[in-house]
Amino acid sequence: MTTLETTPQQTERGQVILEAQHLRKWFPVTKGLLISRLTGHIKAVDDISFELRSGETLGVVGESGCGKSTTAKMMLMLEEPTEGSILFEGQDVHNSTAAARKSYRSSVQAVFQDPWSSLNPRMRVKDIIAEPMVINWNITRAEQQERVMKLLNDVGLNEYHSNLFPHEFSGGQRQRLAIARALALNPRVIVLDEPVSALDVSIRAQIMNLLKDLQAEYNVAYMLIAHDLATVRYMCTWVAVMYLGQVVELSPVQELFTNPSHPYTKALMSAALPSHPDMEQEEIILQGEVPSPLNPPSGCYFHPRCPSVMDRCSVDKTEVKEIAPGHTVNCHLF
Amino acid sequence: MTTTETRINTETVLTVENLRTHFTTRWGTVKAVDGISFDLRRGETLGIVGESGCGKSVTMLSLMRLIPIPPGRIVSGSIVLDGEDIVQISEQEMAQIRGSKIALIIQDPMTSLNPVFTIGNQVEEAIKIHQQDIPKRSVLEKALEVLRKVNIPAAEVRAKDYPHQMSGGMRQRVVGAIGISCQPQVLIADEPTTSLDVTIQAQYLKLLKDIQKESDLSIIFITHDFGIVAKMCDRVAVMYAGRIVEHGSVRDIFNNPSHPYTEALLSSVPKMDRDVDRLFSIEGQPPPLHDLPVGCTFADRCPVVMDKCHEEYPDSMNVSDGHIASCWRLE
Repeated sequence: MTTLETTPQQTERGQVILEAQHLRKWFPVTKGLLISRLTGHIKAVDDISFELRSGETLGVVGESGCGKSTTAKMMLMLEEPTEGSILFEGQDVHNSTAAARKSYRSSVQAVFQDPWSSLNPRMRVKDIIAEPMVINWNITRAEQQERVMKLLNDVGLNEYHSNLFPHEFSGGQRQRLAIARALALNPRVIVLDEPVSALDVSIRAQIMNLLKDLQAEYNVAYMLIAHDLATVRYMCTWVAVMYLGQVVELSPVQELFTNPSHPYTKALMSAALPSHPDMEQEEIILQGEVPSPLNPPSGCYFHPRCPSVMDRCSVDKTEVKEIAPGHTVNCHLF
Repeated sequence: MTTTETRINTETVLTVENLRTHFTTRWGTVKAVDGISFDLRRGETLGIVGESGCGKSVTMLSLMRLIPIPPGRIVSGSIVLDGEDIVQISEQEMAQIRGSKIALIIQDPMTSLNPVFTIGNQVEEAIKIHQQDIPKRSVLEKALEVLRKVNIPAAEVRAKDYPHQMSGGMRQRVVGAIGISCQPQVLIADEPTTSLDVTIQAQYLKLLKDIQKESDLSIIFITHDFGIVAKMCDRVAVMYAGRIVEHGSVRDIFNNPSHPYTEALLSSVPKMDRDVDRLFSIEGQPPPLHDLPVGCTFADRCPVVMDKCHEEYPDSMNVSDGHIASCWRLE
């Protein structure tokens, strides 16, 4: 039994592993201490759909409060969706057996932003990396240690590091440890929540290259949460741009950068920092800030800040339209 | 060339000469800043770029004379601001200069504003301290004027708000307002936008540029992000392990990076406008500052290292007019 679990399942690159269908997460807002009344909902995620394919990376971009972290939490089963479903290899994970849910949890792993708080300071490296195996797999201590060594090797560390504590490592090395732990159970999907933004510039490239190499080797699907478009362009195959809990544009990465279509995507691109002082950028400075998800604007959520707003935008809800193969936009302009 | 342009290019407001700031710790002397020199002209933006631990924040603290003494100490060098060496003057004299001639915007607006005073109060405080000739009743007016300058909508109302009632972008604008309230000559911005969202960052950077144009302000931008440098700066100093390894105009640095560290840093950043097959990655870590290697501090990570690099630290060499780099390859 153990041999079956510990050998990675082979899947073709590009095969759909995970499908999110019309996910919603509404957090209730209540008022009153003793007799609490429901006064509204924070629509953190409001009807989003996407697919994750093996060996490919979906980037999720957006500003703070757009719902990208809530989406990640739902992927990791840390939040129950209010509506909608997550299909893992065709099976709805929320309406399945406890065993299937457990196997889902070990197939979807995470690497978090801050490697200073995501590793237990009182555990040795070998125990940190072995912990998922201790919990999920029925294998001997020797087998665990053998795998820990292999994983350390995979992420560019060596045997000597296995007896150290997290505080003895630099930021980049800690992020390598977090990646090794995420890989321990041969996951099919890894959720990467801003994996490089806490690191130094010269270390970022090391970690991004490592993540790409590991993906090529193990054919794992990544969901990369990021705010930096340049990172997304380098790492991703698909990009979903989120605004106030909705996906406003979803596209293959090449297509998005050559033909950004939603006004918000265009504004994000013009706001991104140039990679050369002579780089030409359209100057679109968005006015104001992201509205509260407690009380989102009527019609299209983006219309109060949109530079190409029309009359119907404040009235009619937008619909998803496909403007090129795989490229969908949520805007009345199309 | 028009007269204003000549003035911008020649008048120097700040000259730093061979500045060394060391810290005494139980591991030994940490040479956080070890012999840096640069000057800042009126109306220009100088970017100081480097990774964490390269000494850019200690440079900023030295310019403001805010180094904790002990363990820190400005060991040698001079910082000449407006004709006066501020390393030599007394703490009382420095208190007069700090905020009025040289001001600071730091990274995290949540910790740089006092949570128990209204923002109007905090802007007024800076004005009261440095502009005592302003009559008491017009201080508030003056504060509102500064808040309007940083585009705070409905400044009269927002001045009564406490910092927690404002968003991150608004708070950072208030910090900016305090910074420019006394019309300083030099504004030091230490990663002012890292905690902001991209669209808010774009608003803030544009605002800084507008204010600079209006008042001929000189800005020192401390950052680790070459994108900010490309967008904001006229000249750049690249720091590594407490020293400036390359210094030149922004186009010199981007088009002709001459120190291997600058070159490596630039090619390790993903680009927004084109596809990169594989990023160059610099192996290893920066050296510990209390135990610097003999010779060039970058030698251990350098892809083009030579024998000489391990023996002696290279002098700064001229690449072109106004563009210098410290590397033996240029000899």
